[in-house]
Parts: sequence; structure tokens; C-alpha cells
Amino acid sequence: MKIILHVWRQKDRNAEGKLVRYECPNVSEHMSFLEMLDVLNEDLTAKGDDPVAFEHDCREGICGCCGFVINGVAHGPMPGTTVCQLHMRHFKDGDELYLEPWRAMAFPVLKDLMVDRSAFDRIIAAGGYVSVSTGAPPDGNALPVPKSDAERAMDAAQCIGCGACVAACPNASASLFTSAKVSHLGLLPQGQPERHERALGMVRQMAIEGFGACGNIGECEAVCPKRISIENIARMHRDFLCAAFAERPHVETGGAG
Amino acid sequence: MSVGSAAPSAAGARSADTSKLLSFYHSPVGKKAVMAITGLIGAGFVIAHMLGNLQVFLGPAVMNAYGMKLHESPPLLYGARTVLLIALALHIVAAVQLSRMNAQARPKGYAKWTPAGSSYASRTMRVSGPLLALFIIYHLLHFTSGVAHPNFHYQDALHRVPAPYENVVAGFSNPVVSLVYIAAMIVLMLHIHHGAWSLFQSLGLNHPRYTPALRSLARAASYALLTGNCAIPLAVLAGVVK
Repeated sequence: MKIILHVWRQKDRNAEGKLVRYECPNVSEHMSFLEMLDVLNEDLTAKGDDPVAFEHDCREGICGCCGFVINGVAHGPMPGTTVCQLHMRHFKDGDELYLEPWRAMAFPVLKDLMVDRSAFDRIIAAGGYVSVSTGAPPDGNALPVPKSDAERAMDAAQCIGCGACVAACPNASASLFTSAKVSHLGLLPQGQPERHERALGMVRQMAIEGFGACGNIGECEAVCPKRISIENIARMHRDFLCAAFAERPHVETGGAG
Repeated sequence: MSVGSAAPSAAGARSADTSKLLSFYHSPVGKKAVMAITGLIGAGFVIAHMLGNLQVFLGPAVMNAYGMKLHESPPLLYGARTVLLIALALHIVAAVQLSRMNAQARPKGYAKWTPAGSSYASRTMRVSGPLLALFIIYHLLHFTSGVAHPNFHYQDALHRVPAPYENVVAGFSNPVVSLVYIAAMIVLMLHIHHGAWSLFQSLGLNHPRYTPALRSLARAASYALLTGNCAIPLAVLAGVVK
């Protein structure tokens, strides 16, 4: 089948970009979306043109590298699917598709459909971790975890950090990503010692990076390839508000030992 | 953590508390919490306000007695008005600051953007909000102060207690005025439709058992506000209330 693409082409971080029209005449319905772009890129390279830059790695929907906006929906029209797992059988002959990179101040475009997502790394560094003692591993099940907590932590931990939530949010808010990270640690006993600091640190970093505020409209969970729920955002708000009010002044002296 | 700082004096502790409050408000999550609490005050008020106003259907005696009752205790009346105005002001200030921040977060929009899971009401909060602010100004000048009312009556001119029944009938007899009110109530319906459940999410309250009920409750409240409030101008125009 034939697919017409309007692809965002931008030379580098500082260049002005624009949409460029390409025709893909021989698209097989068995191709993944990225394979269609691979074919387009081979044609472009053969003609001596610059291939379209897009990020990809595992191509099985688990690494979080890929993603761009297809016709105004992050990762395209299939719910719960990354772009690499989106197949051309979901499109019809003659479809015109607009491909644009994630758009956010905090995600500067590096080239074409590729953006710099290191803002997410800095949010993780601001609290998305647990401190553990090194040494011998603890006995399995020494620390009891209720099954429902483990399940909800696992649901949140599914976040692959692709950035679709930011792309879909009209405010370019990183709340779904950050809250998934806050939740998957905060729901487990290992995450309790740093729970308040984590919420304060990560929420603060989110604003420093220039992401917007959450308006609870739910576009993020609709496009999330891992179907992370906005219930996690409420948990992050709860942890942040509790932490902001419970935070005690730093005391230099006192305490046992 | 800083080590070896001077022992905190009372003043130092107070300024640390103030800066904590400021850093709480500095955060978008803190601003949203302020919007949620002030929004809850506003939503509670509009529902109570509608229930009070529906007494217009019980006749002039009941309605005007209700108006008189509200003016019985000036400290209570002005206290309530002060709380509402402060809540409104905080709601607007936080909204303006957040909108500015959100606009900066997405400097370049998409050539094509298709909503995938949000309601129309939720996407238009920053349109319905300013429209409601304009309506509130007009509404206060119209039925509260009477400045924008061509035929404003007082039931107790000495204590400046308005006669709500006569003012409502005279005010809504003008179809243009009624139309403005009905349009404003559609905007209010949209704002409450999203706001009345979203505020719980902003405060960190989301639970699979209660959130669907809260969403239904918000929807029900928004439709009730629309029908209840629009019934009054429509009844006046139809001649049912005269």
C-alpha cells in the first residue's frame, strides 16, 4: 500500500525545522512503523539525501527509546503500544500521516524526530532510587510485601520512560513519568526511608527542568504504551503534600547514638 | 545538608517556616493544591447558592425572607463574602501563574494534535475559567450591588437589603440578560464537570473504589447546576415566575 508521510525535519538543536512530504509507495502491511521508515531511509540514502533520524533500540516495546507523534497522538493510534510495535496493517492505503517529535521545552529536538530526554535522568537522580546496604543479599521474602502492593508497584515500574506522557500533555507535564517512579518505590517497604525526600526532590526537579503542571485531563494515560494510571499522579501529589507539611527543621544535635 | 549552622533563633525558625510555605507554593503541585481547595470552596458555594436561589419558585415572600435572613448578621455575611473573594483571588492568581508556566513548557505546538483520552470540559478549563471570572464581575454588579441593574429594588432601603425576588424578575425579563446568564451557566457546567473531581486528584485522593463515584458526582453536580440555575431565567421569560 501507499502511505504519504509529512515528517518533521530539523537539522540540529538550533535549526528551524519544517514538515517535509515523502511518499512510501510499497509499504507492506506486515511492516512495523519503524521498518517503513527504514525503507524510506534507504531510499533517501540512495538518493544522497539525509535519512530521517529517529530513536530506536529493542523494537519490542520494552526499552523506551522510540516514540514520536503520529497524526497528533503520541506513539500513534494503537492504545498501549510503542511506535516500534505499531504495524502498518492498522493503516490503510493512501493514508496521510504527520510525524512530529515530542514537543516540550524540556525535550529539545536533537534532529528530526529525536529529542534529548536527559531531563528524565535528572528527575531520577533527584530521588528515584533506594539506598541499600551492600554485602550479602538479604534472605528472600525476609521483608514481607502484601501482594496487592507488589502488583501496584510492578504496574508503576512498567514505565519505560519513553516520554509519550510529556508529548501528549498540553502542558508538557512530566507528572505521569515522575509519579510512576515515585510510586514503584514508594509502594514497597524498601522505598519508605526516602519516601518524602523522593517526592519533594523529584517534584522540584520536574519544575526545574521546565515541565508544566498537571491538569488531570488524562491524555497521558491514554497514550502511555504501558498503560500507567493517573492514580499514580494522585499518589505523587499525596506524597508531596504530606512531605511538604511533615518536613521537620534540620536538627544538628540530639537523637540516640 | 549544611553542618554547623548557627542555633536557630525564634525569628530564624519563623523565616524558615515562611520559606517552607513559599517553597510549597513555589511548586506546581502546591499551586494545584491551592487551586483545589479554593475550587472546592467555590464549587460548594455555587451549589448552596443555587439551592438558595431556587426558592424563587416558592414566591416573593419566601425568597425575600431568605434574602433578609442572609443580611441579618453583617459579620457573618461579610465574613462569608471575604472568604469567597479570597478563595477566588487565590484561585485566579494560581491559575494565571500555572498557565504561564504551562505555556513556557510547550513553546512550540504540534502541527496536528488529536485528543486521545481527555474530555472537552477538561481541555477548556483555561477558557471557561476567565469567562466565569468575567461573569462573576457582571453578576456582582447586576444582582449584588445593582449598579448594572436598570431597576434595582430594596426591601429595606435603610439597611440596603435588596429585594431579590423583584430584582430577579425585573432582571431576567430582559431576554439578552437571561441569555447571558444561560450561556454563563453552560460555561460553569463545563468548569465544574472537570474541576469538581480533578480537585481530589490534585489533593492526592484517587482510589479505584471512590474515584469513579467522584467523577459521576462531579458530572451530576455540573448538570444539576446547569438545569437548576437556567430554570430561573427560563421561568421568568416563560412568565411562570412574575
